[in-house]
Order: sequence, then structure tokens, then C-alpha cells
Amino acid sequence: MEIEEVKDREEREPEELLHIEHLSVSFEQYQGGMEKGDLQVIRDLNVTIRKGEITAVVGASGSGKSLLAHAVLGILPYNATRRGKINYRGQELTQEREAKLRGREIVLVPQSIGFLDPLMKIGPQIRKGKKDKASRKRVDAILKGYSLKPEVGELYPFELSGGMNRRVLVSTALMETPRLVIADEPTPGLEMKLARRVMEHFRELADQGAGVLLITHDLELAMETADWIVVFYGGTTLEEARASDFQEEKLLRHPYTRALWRAMPQNGFAAIPGTQPYAAHMPTGCPFGPRCSRCTEECLQPVPWKEIRGGRVRCAHTEE
Amino acid sequence: MKGYGIWVGRKVVRMLLLLVGVSIAAFVLVSVSPVDPLQTNVGQVALGSMSQEQIAKLEEYWGVGESPLKRYLSWAGDFVRGDMGVSLLYRQEVSHVIGVKLKNSLWLMAAAWVLSGVVGFILGIVAGWNQGRWPDKLIKGYSLLIASTPAFWLALVLLMVFAVWLGWLPVGLSVPIGVEASGVTLWDRVRHGILPALTLSITGVSNIALHTREKMIEVMESDYMLFARARGESVWAMVKNHVLRNISLPALTLQFGSISEIFGGSVLVEQIFSYPGLGQAAVTAGLGSDVPLLLGITIISAAIVFGGNLAANLLYGIIDPRIRRGAAKQ
Amino acid sequence: MKKSFLGWNGRKRTFVLFTLALVLLGVVTLWGQLGAEKALETDFSRKDLAPCLAYPFGTDWMGRDMFLRTLTGLSMSIRIGLLAAGVSALVAVVLGTAAATLGRRVDSVITWVIDLVMGIPHILLLILISYACGRGFRGVVTGVALTHWTSLARVMRGEVLQLKEAPYIQMAEKLGTKRLAIIRKHMLPHLFPQFLVGLILMFPHAILHEASITFLGFGLSPEQPAIGVILSESMKYLAMGKWWLALFPGLLLVLTVVLFDVAGESLRRLLDPGSAHV
Repeated sequence: MEIEEVKDREEREPEELLHIEHLSVSFEQYQGGMEKGDLQVIRDLNVTIRKGEITAVVGASGSGKSLLAHAVLGILPYNATRRGKINYRGQELTQEREAKLRGREIVLVPQSIGFLDPLMKIGPQIRKGKKDKASRKRVDAILKGYSLKPEVGELYPFELSGGMNRRVLVSTALMETPRLVIADEPTPGLEMKLARRVMEHFRELADQGAGVLLITHDLELAMETADWIVVFYGGTTLEEARASDFQEEKLLRHPYTRALWRAMPQNGFAAIPGTQPYAAHMPTGCPFGPRCSRCTEECLQPVPWKEIRGGRVRCAHTEE
Repeated sequence: MKGYGIWVGRKVVRMLLLLVGVSIAAFVLVSVSPVDPLQTNVGQVALGSMSQEQIAKLEEYWGVGESPLKRYLSWAGDFVRGDMGVSLLYRQEVSHVIGVKLKNSLWLMAAAWVLSGVVGFILGIVAGWNQGRWPDKLIKGYSLLIASTPAFWLALVLLMVFAVWLGWLPVGLSVPIGVEASGVTLWDRVRHGILPALTLSITGVSNIALHTREKMIEVMESDYMLFARARGESVWAMVKNHVLRNISLPALTLQFGSISEIFGGSVLVEQIFSYPGLGQAAVTAGLGSDVPLLLGITIISAAIVFGGNLAANLLYGIIDPRIRRGAAKQ
Repeated sequence: MKKSFLGWNGRKRTFVLFTLALVLLGVVTLWGQLGAEKALETDFSRKDLAPCLAYPFGTDWMGRDMFLRTLTGLSMSIRIGLLAAGVSALVAVVLGTAAATLGRRVDSVITWVIDLVMGIPHILLLILISYACGRGFRGVVTGVALTHWTSLARVMRGEVLQLKEAPYIQMAEKLGTKRLAIIRKHMLPHLFPQFLVGLILMFPHAILHEASITFLGFGLSPEQPAIGVILSESMKYLAMGKWWLALFPGLLLVLTVVLFDVAGESLRRLLDPGSAHV
């Protein structure tokens, strides 16, 4: 009876696992005592994560991408406000639901070993301090799954070798069966070969049915491993495209995405003039406007998000 | 484990060298004093009741005939053998006087040390957890204010309130006057020790609270706490797994390092509450030019302070895996 | 634009706080010094008065005005504190920089001496030094000066060590800039603020320790109007219910120490570019 119910629900479940619409995150800052300022870091952001697929959100370092992960997990700092809609498995993801799901259905794979408690052994850390037999067994099984010896559980984070680090970090996600895996910059400074191996872990998770949100600055890596690529710029998303669209420049929809494409070594290595605007000085319209050669009057107003050629884009000048 | 052993050995040797340094510094200081301990105490009953041998020894240490180096060496030689000389005021072996006084003081200091440590630690955690909100402001304000308050004035105020106005607690002396030592109950001891211990605790709290608060803020802002939240750990699990684990060690180290301050505070507090401890003996010795006693107290208290620092170091080595396993690996 | 204006506002407030603290301390020092003679005036017709409008801190058993006596005592403490802390800070700078620049051996000796001084409980060392100097004014100043330099010396040592490793200083060395020029142009501007803040934050400790040691009977003599003497005398009258003799002088002492702390902390904030907008 129960099993059937679960099955029934899964069949009815939409392909879309996580649907984020018009998300904005702003920080309330006290400046000099009584006066308050509002700093909007993310605005009008849209992302969709599908079951069994990897969606990469690609953006420059320090552009506030991590806040997207924190917003979904509900772990923004207390002076941050989140607006907009986040749907998870067809229902709104409220604060209460987030609190219930994070660490269980929705898990974060951190970017470095620095996210582990330096004074706690790996094993207890993976099982969140639980001491029961079942948890211990599970940890051993997880470690084995990544061909790590059970003794690794007895090590402290500083004793891990570089090769173990990544596997241990991914292990932390598997204490329970995750449906949504959020990986925040999981390959910082790794050489391509190692980064690829890390990505294989995420592909495995996706193959097992989880949706993966990969937050990265590495477009090349995203092109190789992700199913979808979302381009993040100036606190918002400019384009959502299939990874295959990145084969050719003309398949891409936004001038910024095209500029990114041209900036890749194999496509000419052309640098984009200018820099990303700081959150406090963000233009009202397209954030890329000031650096865009095709910028017109329309781009100075908020630009709507529209569907073109199976992807989505926020640009006034993209034609079908 | 061999690396760790060498590491410990180095620390111990360093501590012993420091102690020798303290003894030299203290000896030089009392030697250059224009006050002549023998002259000051001459004619007093003290010298009269001493044996010829004891007086000869005093002259050997403090007389003017010998070279300072020779005097230091003979004094230090006897000291190491356990003969700290004779107190000019108490007319007893210095080691005996220190033994009795230290026992009294240890009660007081230990109580204050534990109390201030525990309370300060908890206050620091609460403040750090609530950084920027009212509990933090309250605790921070209290700590900063107390840090600016002289211990001896605080003692006077407490004395005024609890002993004079309310009459709840006695004004002084660790035991009631005129009662046989055997007739002193534990309750008497406690009653007379409450105010001094309270004063020392109140002042001791501020340092540990402020430091723990800083550490706590560091922990709260750490990536591993963020990750713990992302993994849905409960508040209690976070406190147990990460907060206590990461801030106990610095707090313990600090508390072991604060023995010097507690000792300094006890000198003042004991004087005010007429508590017959080591601190009061130090004041008496200083005012009465009882050089052998003053030197003895200096070295014993320095030994306690260095012992505290050493304990903190060793504790770090034992508890912190980065040092323990790190040293073992090398 | 708005943000920088607000930042300036915070700085301005800190500056006002700093000035206010200094002015108040100046008033206490001057008032105490000017009223020194009056503070010693005895008048048995007004002895043992509880605080009232004419005598806000009351009078003692010799009819001396406790308010003036307290101010005079504080003024004395502040001046001793300034003198001793000044000497102490100088010692700190010299030893701190020497440790950082004169090689490993000098460094280990100085670090060892710092540990040594820190190992003897402060008050005990003060008693020893006071004894060595034959007690009195000289003993207090020497004592306080010789016991307070350790932490600032550590800070200075750390700063200089860090500066030596700083890329722009290494660069200047490689470019052949003269040593003295490097010290003057690149190091001093960094060290001076640290030194100034360290110096001001040393005052409260110096004052507290002067008061403590005098209170114990090792410092200034009983005839001098020192805050430690006042509080020590008040002890005898506590049991007789003369609470004002201890309460008000102590409160004013705490206030003085707090003011120095405020001055030091706000100066730190003013000089630290990192916290300019806080």
C-alpha cells in the first residue's frame, strides 16, 4: 500500500526538480549606527534544475554565485532577505521545508576541505556526530564506494591527502539519499584531469536520479560535464542553454555568453573589455549593458526573460 | 610519539630556565635595595630567637662582605636543596610559611579560577552566538567595564554591601578568631572565602569572556559552521560537534595563562579581606623587609605561573590532533 | 555616494568620542592639580559629612573635601601613569624592533625576557621593584614602567617581522632603496599608529597598577593625595558606615580608566583604515 503510494507519487512527479523564479537576495547593512542601507546582490534570477541532469551555473569568481546555493538551502546570513519563488518538487520551498530537507534531500558539497571541522575525525563528521551502529556501517559503505579504506574515517581533515579530499567531500552528501545535490565550486584550482574525475562523481549521482546544481566559474568544465549551462552575471541569470549550444557561437543567445565563448582559448582568447559592476552600482537594465556593443535604449530598462530556441535569455536583441 | 616527547622535553627545559631567570632577577632586585633587611629587623625578636647558625646564614646571604654572585650561588644552592631560609617576620622556615599560606590561597584561587573560567566561557559563547544583538552588547559592556575596575575597589564595594550593610558575611579572616584550628568547620572556611573568591571571579570573568567571544565569532563565521548548517545539524548538534570542540582549547589555554592575573588579584583581595594567604604574606614580607620570604614567594608563584603555561601547552599537544599527530609524524 | 557619507559620519562620531575622552581627562588632571592645596585643607567643623551639595563626595574625618582630594589623587595617578607608560612604551619599541631586526639570537633573548617578566605576577614584581627602589614615588614609576612593556613589545616585534616580509618592502630593498629610507618611508608610518594606540591603551593599566600598589602601601606615601592612599584609608572607616569614602573615589577611578580605554579604542578605529566605516 505504502510502496504503491510512493511509486504513484514518483510517477506523477514533474521532471523539474527545482524551479527558481525572480529570486533576489539583498543585505541589510548598518552603516555608521542608525542608518540602514540595502545592498542587492542577487536580483531576478531564474534557474531550473531537472531530475537526473547536471545544471551548471557559470559566473565569474566573487559575483555572488554562492548566495544562490545558500538561498536554496535557507542558510543566508540573518541580515539577508530573500524574495521571489523557489519551487521544489512542485511545492513552494518555504523556510520550514528548507530546514526539514537540508542535509537530507537537499545536500551541499562544499568547495574545499576548509568546510570540514578541523578538530573532528572524518567518520563522525560524515555521520554528523551520530554514534549508532547503522550510521557507522553506512559511513564505511560510503567510503568503500569511493574506494577509501575505513581507516580514513579515523583521520582528521588535515591528514587527508589531496587525492582523498574530493572523495571525502562528496561522501558527506551521501549519509541520506539526496534528491538535489548542490556543489559550490567543487573544483577550485584543480587541474583538468582531477577536476574531470570529481565531475564523474556528480555524474554518478545524477545517473542515480538526483538533480545536480553545479556552481562554477569554469565554463570549459561546465561544457564538458553539464547538461544545462546557466550564465550568471551581475547578480542575475542572462541565459539558460543546453551545453550542446556551446558548440557554436551562433547557437548562443546573449552577447555576454558569446563574449564568454570567444574568450575561451580555443575560440580566439578575446578578452571582454571592462569589469563586472559592483552590486551597489548595478544598472537598472541589463547588467551587461555598459560593456555591450549592441546596447540600446531598451537595454536600460529591465529586460524580460524569454524563451528562444529551447533555451532562455534575457536580452532585448536576440531574435528567434 | 618520539617527536612529541622531544617537544614536551623542550617545553620543560625552557620553563626551568625561565625559573632560574626569575630567581636571578628577584635576587638582583632585593640586593640593590637600599633597605637592609638585617638592619631593619635587628633588635626585633626575630633575630633574638634564631640560632647562631641561622643568623650566620642570613649574613652569608644578605651581608655586605661577599660578592653578589657568591651570595646568589649559596642562596640558590640551599634553595634547590629545599632550604629557603628563615622568614624574618614569622620566625619560621620560609618553606613552612609558604606551605601554610599557599594551602589557604589555593582554595581561594582554585575556586575563583574555576568559577571565572566556567562563567566567562559560557558568557563568551552566548555573546558570540548573538553577535551584535543585546545579549552580546550586555556581556561585552560588562566585561569591558570590569576590566577597567580595580580588583581592590570591587572588593571594598562587595565588603561594604555584603558584610557591612547586609551583614551576611564576615568582614575578614579565613577562620573565626579565637577558634582552635581543629574547631574550624568547612562551612567557616567557605563563609570567609566567599567574598574574596567572588571578587576574584568577577574580575577574572572579563578576560575569558571577551576572548571566548572573539573565538566564538570566528567559529560562527567559519566555513565549517556554514556547512554544518547546510547539512541541517540542529543547534545542539552544532554546539556539541563544532562549537565546544573548537573553542574549549583556546579557552583552556587562556585560563591556564591567566593564573598570573588571578595571583596578582589575590594579593590585593587577600589584603582587603585579611585572608591569610600567600598574597597577604607577600605584602607583609615586602613591607617588613622579610627578604627570604619575599624571594621564596616570588619563585614559588612564578613556578605556579610557568606550570600553568606548561600545562596549557601540554594540553594543546594532547588534545589538538594537529599538534599531537603532526608532531608524531615528523 | 551615500555610503561614503555615512562612513564619514561614523568616523566623525569616533573622533568626537576621542576628543571628548581626552578633554574630560584633561579637566580631571588640571582641576586636581589646581585644587591640590585646597584638597589638603583640614576643617574639623565639617568632618565626616555625607555627600551633599557643597561636598558632592562628602568629607573625611579631618574635614577634607573628598571631591577635591579624589581629583587631586586622580591627577597624580594620571601623571604617574603617563610618565611610566611613556617610558614603558619606549622600552617596548626599542626591544620589540631589536628583536625583529637584530637576528635570531637577540630575538630569542628578548622573547625570553618577555616571558620572564610575564611569568612573575604583576603585583609581585611591582612589590619587588618598589622594594628595590626603596619604595616611594621612584619605586612606583620604575615598577610600572618596567612591567608594562611586554605586550606592546610583542606587538611591535610581530609588526616589524610582518613588515619585513611585506612584498612592497622586499621590493624596495631589491630596488636598492637605502635601509634608513625604507624604515622612515615604509615602516614608521605603519608602526607609529600601532605604537600610539598601544601607548594610550597602556595608560589605564598603568593607572590601575599605580593605584593598586599604593593601596598596598608600597607606592606613594600616606601624606600624598593618591587615589590608592584614599581608598586604603577608607577601609578603616568602612565598618563605621562611611561608605562615601570608598565608593566615589573608586567610581571616579573607574571612570578615568574607562575614558582612557575609550580614547585608545577610538584612536585605533580612527587610524585603522579597515574599520573606517564601522
